Amino acid sequence: MVDDGQLTGQIITATAAVIEGHKDYLTKLDQTIGDGDHGINMSRGFTALAEKKDELSALAFDEACKKAGMALVMTVGGASGPLFGSALMAFGKGRSAMPSNAADLGAMLQDGVDAIKSRGKSDIGAKTMLDVLVPVTEALKSGASLEDVRRVTKEAVEATKAIEATKGRAAFLGARSIGHIDPGAQTVSLLINSIADVLEQNQ
Amino acid sequence: MTETVSIVIVSHSKSVAEGTREMVRQMVGDEVKVIACGGDPAGGLGTNVADILQALNDAYTPKGIAICVDLGGAETNSEMAIEMMSEEQQQNIVICDAAIVEGAIMAATEASSGASLEDVRAAAEDYHS
Repeated sequence: MVDDGQLTGQIITATAAVIEGHKDYLTKLDQTIGDGDHGINMSRGFTALAEKKDELSALAFDEACKKAGMALVMTVGGASGPLFGSALMAFGKGRSAMPSNAADLGAMLQDGVDAIKSRGKSDIGAKTMLDVLVPVTEALKSGASLEDVRRVTKEAVEATKAIEATKGRAAFLGARSIGHIDPGAQTVSLLINSIADVLEQNQ
Repeated sequence: MTETVSIVIVSHSKSVAEGTREMVRQMVGDEVKVIACGGDPAGGLGTNVADILQALNDAYTPKGIAICVDLGGAETNSEMAIEMMSEEQQQNIVICDAAIVEGAIMAATEASSGASLEDVRAAAEDYHS
């Protein structure tokens, strides 16, 4: 069984790789309804995390989340930096170890979701990453399996197409934002699936 | 010299931020400290917390700082940067809910009279062209 530090390292490697691999795709999604910098911004942030992998893996869990969150805040740019960074810091705050079951993970994600809502002054239904994170968090809190999580994620990302954006740059487009996947929701889905891959490989 | 509220301009574009500062300077000369910051961490269009934090530290006076922003990310990143200042300093920093160019000019003009942070903010927010 892997320890928390090893798992942290594996998650950083996997998420950085998936973001890098989808950088152009995310940017393309963002060019359609936003300002077209999402893929580049996220890639800059996750590259910074990958560079700090050894340092982060050696830290206590809450400290690792705090430091990684701050790295995202400082390197991503755009609103995404403070949103993802604050979420990660809240996720690990006061937790000495990785979550050991779905309900535990769900409770931690809830803290991350609350941080995003407060930082972004947003909620579900505005065509943002919250439209994926909230249903996934709810599923986990009621004990969802990784397979359930993947299914809920997939459905939630698809469902962002039908939403009219009321937050972020896409809100300027109003009804013209309908029919397009939200880039932030897509990023969250990539991250969730790559973390699920890592967890399955360790089962 | 009267102590004045400082102005920090945060745009996605460094050029817009600097152009706004230039217009402010034309109105109020050098009486008010005005710092322009813009651009993402790589120097492209965007905003970033590190530069805003630097600007806040450079501009800080107990009299206060009024921040003028353009689009969403500028506000989110400014809020994040404010939270990284000391608790005492945070009490003296506000983000104006106003158009960036007009807001900065109104804020700086009000500030040049030695007005309070509250009045500077109100001047920026009350202006409608």
